[in-house]
Amino acid sequence: MSTTTEPTHEAIQDYAGGEHGISGALRDYSEKIRGGDVGSLPAILGAVVLLVVFTILRPDTFTKAVNFANLIQQGSAVIVIAMGLVFVLLLGEIDLAAGYTAGASGAVMGVTLKNYGWPWWLAIVAALVTGAFIGTLMGLLVSRLGIPSFVVTLAFFLGLQGVMLAIIGEGGTVTIRDETILSIMNENLKVWQGWVLFAIGILAYGYLTYSRLSRARKTGIGNASVSVWVLKLAGIALLLGAATYYLSIERSNNPTIASIKGVPNVVVLLVILTVALSFLLTRTAFGRHVYAVGGNAEAARRAGIGVPNIKLLCFIICSMLAATAGVLLGSRSNSISPTTGGGTTLLLAVAAAVIGGTSLFGGKGRILDAVIGGAVVAIIFNGMTLLGLSASYVYIFTGLVLLLAASVDALSRRKSG
Amino acid sequence: MTITAPDPTPTAEIGGEPILTLRGANKSFGPVQVLRGVDLDVFPGQVTALVGDNGAGKSTLIKGLAGIHSFDSGTYTFEGAEVHVTNPRQANDLGIEVVYQDLALCDNLDIVHNMFLGREVTKRGMLDEADMERRANETLAGLSVRTVKSIRQLVASLSGGQRQTVAIARAVLWNSRLVILDEPTAALGVAQTEQVLRLVRRLADRGLGVILISHNMNDVFEVADNIAVLYLGQLVAQVPANSLTHSQVVELITAGRSGDVGIPRAALAGDTDSIPPVVVPTADPSTNSPLTGSDDEGSQA
Repeated sequence: MSTTTEPTHEAIQDYAGGEHGISGALRDYSEKIRGGDVGSLPAILGAVVLLVVFTILRPDTFTKAVNFANLIQQGSAVIVIAMGLVFVLLLGEIDLAAGYTAGASGAVMGVTLKNYGWPWWLAIVAALVTGAFIGTLMGLLVSRLGIPSFVVTLAFFLGLQGVMLAIIGEGGTVTIRDETILSIMNENLKVWQGWVLFAIGILAYGYLTYSRLSRARKTGIGNASVSVWVLKLAGIALLLGAATYYLSIERSNNPTIASIKGVPNVVVLLVILTVALSFLLTRTAFGRHVYAVGGNAEAARRAGIGVPNIKLLCFIICSMLAATAGVLLGSRSNSISPTTGGGTTLLLAVAAAVIGGTSLFGGKGRILDAVIGGAVVAIIFNGMTLLGLSASYVYIFTGLVLLLAASVDALSRRKSG
Repeated sequence: MTITAPDPTPTAEIGGEPILTLRGANKSFGPVQVLRGVDLDVFPGQVTALVGDNGAGKSTLIKGLAGIHSFDSGTYTFEGAEVHVTNPRQANDLGIEVVYQDLALCDNLDIVHNMFLGREVTKRGMLDEADMERRANETLAGLSVRTVKSIRQLVASLSGGQRQTVAIARAVLWNSRLVILDEPTAALGVAQTEQVLRLVRRLADRGLGVILISHNMNDVFEVADNIAVLYLGQLVAQVPANSLTHSQVVELITAGRSGDVGIPRAALAGDTDSIPPVVVPTADPSTNSPLTGSDDEGSQA
């Protein structure tokens, strides 16, 4: 008993195969936006507006190469925490303890370096293991006992502050003197290394996207267009090339004593994390399952996906990335104190993810959102500090931006039904 | 695309070997006996409508078939061999797929992603999107689905009928032998109902066994080849759809008997205390016409 009807490809074909060019791509995009799926567009527009405003207000300081490098270093820890939060937010959960997970993991690194004389790499491993341990505990409580993640992570938010005090000692600070760890945030790549990184990045991006494009064209499915690909690649190359060039300019006030130029070391880490985690989320079955659990946990369960395990893994990933951020925070301030990772660190990271376009309701978000949103948050902080505004205004403004991003999220969700 | 009229010949003559046979299935939850000695036959190439009032045991029966919980006793034969299905994965491996009432689709994923959810095709650890896309396309084309614009559309953007289509297409993607549909038209408009019923018919025309649960008699009569009626946990009749009238089916559902079909009058009389009094409108004079009883039907296979 075979199918009696002819394979009816007409309807399926009308979107497929055809070279549909730049205008088609633009049409698709505007349809997507109007459908409520705004993605990172508000964040990118916001970043552009902020850049223009700060450049006009502080043309002498804001646009300096040294400030640009500063911006990256200020934003990197928040971006790494935000990357981790994307995994948890995708499930529709929250991790309020990520900031202090960073702090506690950083404290473990600091103590093992200073008090036990461990080599730098072992200290970093210790920090990551600490993160994984914290993530496992929180993940088990959320996925197995079913306690709301809000409560579990709030408890850890409080508890980890105590743990940090215990590790570091009341009122104390652990200074970090290890050259390798300090170099992450305080040293730069050589100029040629920066350009090699740029070239590898563009070639890898071009190759990956082109192989997908050619495959799509071969199977005749999807709206593949070479012209759109060329435009995209050229745009990205231009942007990253400009950034690399700008960072290669001499930033030191007195170059004869100490020359400061090149792409900051931490950028390498950010690039690797962005690529690896994006790959994990979009190209593997695990990533697909994360989106499925966030979209409809019951459907995922019926499809045979182990929902509790997915949740547990996401919490572990989030906490390990927070631990990585703890290493960065320690490297940047040369020390770990009981307030490392406290204050606004966590809220800024949540803000970064949400501003970038990751939904608080689960099921929608990308790693790139964390990077874009983190850049916006860093620009706000950096620019407002340069304007000489007091901390009160900076906090109020950042809070407003977070609310605005959450509103866009809620509205786009309502619009897309 | 017209809907094939139910075949006029009786079930057993055209059905050949049933794909699924259930004999004397019992299921209790604590002191409550939900299924009492249920006999059911499902034939390849036929739509078997499973009807019954709320609480009659329809859900329990299909959950048992799908391995969500196993029967307490009784024999379960699938494609000629006795099987013991104790979890959903085993049922899937046999080729039994269930399309649930509340769809179980992820709105935030596209059609291809949903069709392969939990069973993604991977190549060297990576998702093989091209292969999944090709197979999803083939399946939809094979079912003559023309209503979706792009299989890369998010499920959130689909209408109720289209979503149901995707859910059904997902069920047939895996070389399934038997598809169980739980009220697939319950939330749909007229045109979409028509569209889904056509799809259900096509599944059977492809040689699959189909069990359709529905409260809507129009749907049942439009698409079913035979009708199985559950009444208080008993399968009181499984007869060809064209041998019953609309009101007879309603009577079977509400009273467990209609004319000579259903529970024998004597058994019914002896059990009156557990059966609520029902008044069945019997405007149709054919109600009392002689019919084949359920016992004959059940043993034919």
